[in-house]
Amino acid sequence: MSDIPADLKYTKSHEWVRQLDDDDVLVGITDHAQELLGDMVYVELPAEGDMPSAGEECVVVESVKAASDIYCPVTAEIISVNEALVDQPELINKDPYGEGWILRLKASTPDELDGLLSADDYAQFIASETE
Amino acid sequence: MLIFEQSRTGRGNGAQKIKSGATLSALPKQFLREAPPLLPEVSEMQAVRHYTRLSQKNFSIDTQFYPLGSCTMKHNPRACNRLAMLPEFLSQHPLSPVSATQGFLASLYDLQEILKGVTGMKGVSLTPMAGAQGELAGIAMIRAYHESRGDIERNELLVPDAAHGTNPATGVMCGYKVREIPTRADGDVDLEALRDAVGPQTAAIMLTNPSTLGVFDRKIAEISQAVHDAGGLLYYDGANLNAILGKVRPGDMGFDVVHINLHKTFSTPHGGGGPGSGPVGVSERLLPFLPVPVVARKEDQYHWLSEKDCPDSIGRLSAFMGNAGVLLRAYIYSRLLGREGMVRVAEYATLNANYMATKLAEAGFDLAYPKRRATHEFSLTLKKQAKEIGATATDFAKRLLDYGYHAPTVYFPLLVAECMLIEPTETEAKSDLDGFIEAMKKILSEASSDLDKLRAAPYTLPVKRLDEVRAARELDLVWKPVVAGE
Amino acid sequence: MPFIPHTEDDVKEMLAAIGAPSIESLFDEIPAALRTGGLATIPEGLNELGVTQLMQARAKKNKPLLCFAGAGAYEHHIPAAVWELTTRGEFYTAYTPYQAEASQGTLQLLYEYQTMMASLTGLDVSNASLYDGASALAEAILMAVRCNRKSKSRRILLPTTVHPAYRKVSRNIVSNQDIILEEIPYCAEKGAVLAKSLDRYQGEDIAALVIQQPNFFGSLEEVDALTDWAHAQGAIVIAVVNPMTLAVLKPPGEWGTSGVDIACGEGQPLGIPLAGGGPYFGFMCCKQKQVRQLPGRIVGRTVDLDGKEGFTLTLQAREQHIRRSKATSNICTNQGLMTTAATIYLSLLGPTGLRSVAQACFANTQKLVERLAQIEGVEAIFSGTHFHEVMIQLPCSAEAVHEKLCEQGILGGYEPSGEYPELGDALLVCATETRTDEEIEHFAVQLETIIKNLN
Repeated sequence: MSDIPADLKYTKSHEWVRQLDDDDVLVGITDHAQELLGDMVYVELPAEGDMPSAGEECVVVESVKAASDIYCPVTAEIISVNEALVDQPELINKDPYGEGWILRLKASTPDELDGLLSADDYAQFIASETE
Repeated sequence: MLIFEQSRTGRGNGAQKIKSGATLSALPKQFLREAPPLLPEVSEMQAVRHYTRLSQKNFSIDTQFYPLGSCTMKHNPRACNRLAMLPEFLSQHPLSPVSATQGFLASLYDLQEILKGVTGMKGVSLTPMAGAQGELAGIAMIRAYHESRGDIERNELLVPDAAHGTNPATGVMCGYKVREIPTRADGDVDLEALRDAVGPQTAAIMLTNPSTLGVFDRKIAEISQAVHDAGGLLYYDGANLNAILGKVRPGDMGFDVVHINLHKTFSTPHGGGGPGSGPVGVSERLLPFLPVPVVARKEDQYHWLSEKDCPDSIGRLSAFMGNAGVLLRAYIYSRLLGREGMVRVAEYATLNANYMATKLAEAGFDLAYPKRRATHEFSLTLKKQAKEIGATATDFAKRLLDYGYHAPTVYFPLLVAECMLIEPTETEAKSDLDGFIEAMKKILSEASSDLDKLRAAPYTLPVKRLDEVRAARELDLVWKPVVAGE
Repeated sequence: MPFIPHTEDDVKEMLAAIGAPSIESLFDEIPAALRTGGLATIPEGLNELGVTQLMQARAKKNKPLLCFAGAGAYEHHIPAAVWELTTRGEFYTAYTPYQAEASQGTLQLLYEYQTMMASLTGLDVSNASLYDGASALAEAILMAVRCNRKSKSRRILLPTTVHPAYRKVSRNIVSNQDIILEEIPYCAEKGAVLAKSLDRYQGEDIAALVIQQPNFFGSLEEVDALTDWAHAQGAIVIAVVNPMTLAVLKPPGEWGTSGVDIACGEGQPLGIPLAGGGPYFGFMCCKQKQVRQLPGRIVGRTVDLDGKEGFTLTLQAREQHIRRSKATSNICTNQGLMTTAATIYLSLLGPTGLRSVAQACFANTQKLVERLAQIEGVEAIFSGTHFHEVMIQLPCSAEAVHEKLCEQGILGGYEPSGEYPELGDALLVCATETRTDEEIEHFAVQLETIIKNLN
């Protein structure tokens, strides 16, 4: 069973969102997602300052056998990206909720965050998906 | 050892040195290269030995049963190669006038006619250089057709979720949005979902039938009608034509465009990944858009049709006329088979696949579509083995190599979990099929008794399992000489 | 039955195992209403002897011509060992090396190929080949648009000195992706693009500039100045090169101050027979930083479980079988067998052998042009430096001359009136290392006679 921290919000496309003190949010992919994708070999990061809307593809993560888009969970401005992933994409495998974070965002309409899944909802969702 | 590691400066191969006494003094220095390129300096014998040894590290149809699903690895008759390499064909410059190439043109013309006959289409162009280029040509023709009628709102291409990845990639290259259509649990396209998806935005549907799942879509006539009623066209991906050769023709199923993989159905060699050839055939309404050049006949003389003769053509796709040598091989093969031989291709390919499917099911393997007939291929799902014993499709594939069989296609199509897509082709004898089935049984019992051993297979090949993660993370794509002192 | 090994007993046993009454019953899922068409138009089968006789008769209907044509396909000597080895069944009948452990031969060969091509072009990496030179240029243009994220124009400058068929093919392949190919003219005196003629694009948003070297006329372009100009504009530079000439010509990776970004071209000169137009192979090389935008297969070196060196396909996530609609290209194949031949060819020639071929081509074409220029009314059209092809002016109908030469068993070159009407009566001629002094003299004598008779 994969790790699903209770204090985070989730999407059905397997991103997690952590609300930071200063209203920024951190985004990464869940433990479940990194397990499915396997060993990461490359991450294609967006430019800082980009303004993706909710559900827009903004990052590509590549494993040996798959390439997967990461969707922006909320409409936001990209404040920073995790440059460490350029040389160490495996951080996503090793520590998906910590050192493997991908984006730091400033949400344009913070209300959108309320529409995301709770840890319980996400756990139920992946259980139903793997049926 | 790499060829570069056998190189010694100053060795040279005198037999290949051209003595012209020429210098390049007439060339201004700014155009010239300073350091020589990194090419090996080896003797002819060293090169011959090196590449002979490398060849021996390959599995091939000539040396092993190679039941790679969706790839139609059938015997490549030697006559096709020898006759396509007659000096008169090999020495022909592509710009040679038609008066000097009548024998060549006659062969291509005949091949066009044969391909029209087997597909039930009205015209054929041989020029696409691979299946994927045939797809590009086909979708470009569909686009040109809609545009020629002022029907420019059609921006969507329908592709079943079971389709090969080339189909959606081609759609995007032709400027279309790709919409996936789900597959039903029985392997057929979900007709209701298709009916909901078609509309005035539908340019076409791309279909492989039999599908990549190894089953024939029984509702093809209904699919055809639904798409045609919406004003869209039907594209036939000929990847699996071997299954139906002489049994049912794409043209009779309602398709408007087909591409044919000559390196599959018409037995031209795969060559370690190419060259292929992907001729396209079209129905009446798409004739004006065929890519050029096309061979035409006037009385008993053959000539090329080019852009001038075909102003609505989607144009040319290669510098000259396509993969001529591959086309000659396919032509020779089609003459060796003839009408009666072609029917037998589908018959015996299907017999072999159904036999293997039955025997493997008896041996405890799960067919992905147990209630369906196998076509020329079938898919197994090793979900049970993966879950219960921990042996994956990859483990079975790698261990098969130790038994002297090339692995079937694994993890494709993506719809089938732990998939193994098996295509024996018509040229394999029952005894070879039985050998493969026995090997699968043995591996199944090994999996139960010694999983660790299985998971580290293969053992008998030049290398063991390779670190693909390292290959992708620490890219090493070209060799660099070790500099002394480093 | 040709190529089918089944005996009657086999068929009976197999049907019994399946539980099917007949082979025909295995097709019962195909709706009967669709099974209307037969194979009536297909001829009956021939045995191998019959087919051999047929194809020998066909071959005899082809008329061998003494070749003075190039225009993208060149007659070169191919060492005997090249195709002896290439047609070994283990190379000839293997498939794409997806099962790496069972394909180390092909994979190592491709790694060696990539090394040779990267070195010839002076760039960091090479893919494992594309279909041909023309389609390789189309792929290079698509790649340049992907790489040049700063440019929003999708506008490519394409000089008319680039092979006309390459320009057409590129247009046909990229046209549905809103890419603008803007043709730029050449200097009528030099037969090459002048860097200063690009000044009118100064400051405009250009995604890429294409430069062919030697260009279609055989003339040498000012590659350093053109490359630097394009880079100063923020444009990607795509070189189209003949790999044989790179034995002596400056590699694209060294053009200008920083080298081109992408080099591509036709690999046919490296051991591939003319064969009526194909199969040949396209190659493509680029700088390391753009490797993820490179289309087609790529082989990498890695290690196995025991730490032993081995080779595998890598970066596959870019490709259509994984990335589907978001792939770098829809291409699946490389021209594996052709790159096998090219790798063996380059190994047999080595750096000095390849250089000797390039020098001999240059020298023979010089001899040819000097000799032809002795004929009244015949002269080289362009004053620039040429390599192994030259556009010559004729004093009478080029079409007629071409036809008469063919009647004499000579392929006298490429006749450009369709693509370059401004050149008037002209022929693009070429003499590779395979042409002897006697053959050059024979061509000149025939040409002189034909011109006399036509005037």
